Amino acid sequence: MSGYIQSETDESLVTELCSPLPTERVIFTYAMNAIAFGFTGLALIPLLSILWEIFIRGISGLKSEMFVKAVIDNGFGNAILGTIIMVIIGSILSIPTGIMTGIFLAEFGQSNTIASLVRFITSILTGVPSIVVGVFAYGVIVLVTKGFSAIAGGFALAVIMLPVIILTTEESLKLIPTSQRLASAALGGTRFQTTFRIVVTTAIPGITTGILLAVARAAGETAPLIFTALFSLDWSEGLLSPTASLPVLIFNLYNDPDPEKSQLVWTTSIVLLGLILCVSIISRLVIRQRRIK
Amino acid sequence: MANSSDDSNLGDESFNLTGVSGANFWFDQGFTRLVYFFAVITVAVLFLMSWVIFSEALPAIKQFGLGFLWGKDWDTGNQIFGALPYIYGTLVSSAIAILFAVPVGMAVALVTSENFLPTSLRTIVAFVVELIAAIPSVIIGLWAIFVFIPVLEPLQKWLANTFKWIPLFNTEDPSGTNMLTAGVILAIMILPTMAAISRDVLMAIPKELRSASMALGGTRWETIFRVLLPSGFSGIVSAAMLALGRALGETMAVTMLIGNSAQISASLLDPAYTIPSVLANEFAEAEPGLHIGALSYLGLILFGLTLAVNIGAVLLVKWVGRKNK
Repeated sequence: MSGYIQSETDESLVTELCSPLPTERVIFTYAMNAIAFGFTGLALIPLLSILWEIFIRGISGLKSEMFVKAVIDNGFGNAILGTIIMVIIGSILSIPTGIMTGIFLAEFGQSNTIASLVRFITSILTGVPSIVVGVFAYGVIVLVTKGFSAIAGGFALAVIMLPVIILTTEESLKLIPTSQRLASAALGGTRFQTTFRIVVTTAIPGITTGILLAVARAAGETAPLIFTALFSLDWSEGLLSPTASLPVLIFNLYNDPDPEKSQLVWTTSIVLLGLILCVSIISRLVIRQRRIK
Repeated sequence: MANSSDDSNLGDESFNLTGVSGANFWFDQGFTRLVYFFAVITVAVLFLMSWVIFSEALPAIKQFGLGFLWGKDWDTGNQIFGALPYIYGTLVSSAIAILFAVPVGMAVALVTSENFLPTSLRTIVAFVVELIAAIPSVIIGLWAIFVFIPVLEPLQKWLANTFKWIPLFNTEDPSGTNMLTAGVILAIMILPTMAAISRDVLMAIPKELRSASMALGGTRWETIFRVLLPSGFSGIVSAAMLALGRALGETMAVTMLIGNSAQISASLLDPAYTIPSVLANEFAEAEPGLHIGALSYLGLILFGLTLAVNIGAVLLVKWVGRKNK
């Protein structure tokens, strides 16, 4: 009661209660809005600029015969072949290991000590710099076989792909409802039958997108290939000889004075970027949709 | 009749309810072993990696010991190797990257997690920023050299001319490839990590906290600064640490942009060198022995650095998760 009387006499309290926010708080709100949106806009510029510039500079040089010519003849056929071969070697090594480890994490040890150790190691592996993986592959393959080779490059890519595959496999297996596992077990399915016929079969789309994501990442890796697969201007002589790849082509020729070669670099970029963005956009969209469900 | 068929069924060896001796049982055991075997392989990869790099570095470790860490000379001809300029370059370029990436990443995380924009637009912005992570490092480097440096160079020249008295910008006529350029590009590259993880952290904060703050009369930004950021603080710190780990190990773009000159200079507009860059530039042509050993030693240092940062981030996330339970 007394409060009402006071407020009638105290004009300032009335204005404070009835007016919108004080000026400094309004200014603060608008300033922070401006900063946040400004920074977000700033974050979008590089990506759009990269896409635009690569497209504009690369599209004019794109000719179909480049796909069948080697770098030495101003094509990138041998680099495409090299990238494909090394990604295949990487996939052969990492996909079985990755899927099995993912199954281990999701089906066998959800929360025991070994599983949490494996999960911890996997997340550590994700953070290992790719160039360090290259040093590792150099020690394991190049020093043993005494030569730079596609196999060494493929091995390095396998180590890079492994944690991506493990984590996405685990995620997509976790999405399968437990009731399906119970139903299979109740019908007399063994662990193997339950895991492979029910759980993994249902999760195949998720696992596939994970593998695609890993492949996209591996295809763009340069650092571990510079001193494992090295590079070759001409077609590679075999799995045990130096092999060209698209990213290393860009790195080796980016400041080449020859205008044809610098055009080749931009054209290679548009092919590599197009390939990687297509794969990763599709797989990200699929993963996102599954997660929302 | 029915009785006899039951009997035959029960007498059948293959009809085994406990399944201890059937083919399926052994198959199942084999499968379990196989799964464990592959999980062990994954663990072994990390330990094998540490061991292999260590043994490659052994000649240099024996020769230089820990003095390698603060040796300043890198002379391939005289077989004298010191890591300090590379460690300095790696740490400083990553620090610049974090300095730029944290505020911008937080802005993106806030814009895409709070209700500033309609949901569809928010998803698109988050998606587009995450897409930067998919672009190969070497293509970002290429773009930076031909597109970004020409834009940045006048600004750097102006900085050098106007603020010469600040040691940070004290360079005569800076060229485009220097520590600052590399740091800014690194910031762009680690932005997706920073933004995506901070976004997840902010989205995980219960809605009640927001509503409570708003109900007490807080504006949106007061809620963000006084409620959301403090309660998500440790998650955001671990996001920054993961981003830092990325920045420390990033190779290609930095190699193309940092100028590759092994010196320790206070000016950010001077060229520098990082551990991944020197590995990328010298490893393929290095002589076996001390040179490879020194490079592997650098690799080991980098490995240790990123391992420490990443383990720290993972442990922080775990610790926060346990606390929230």
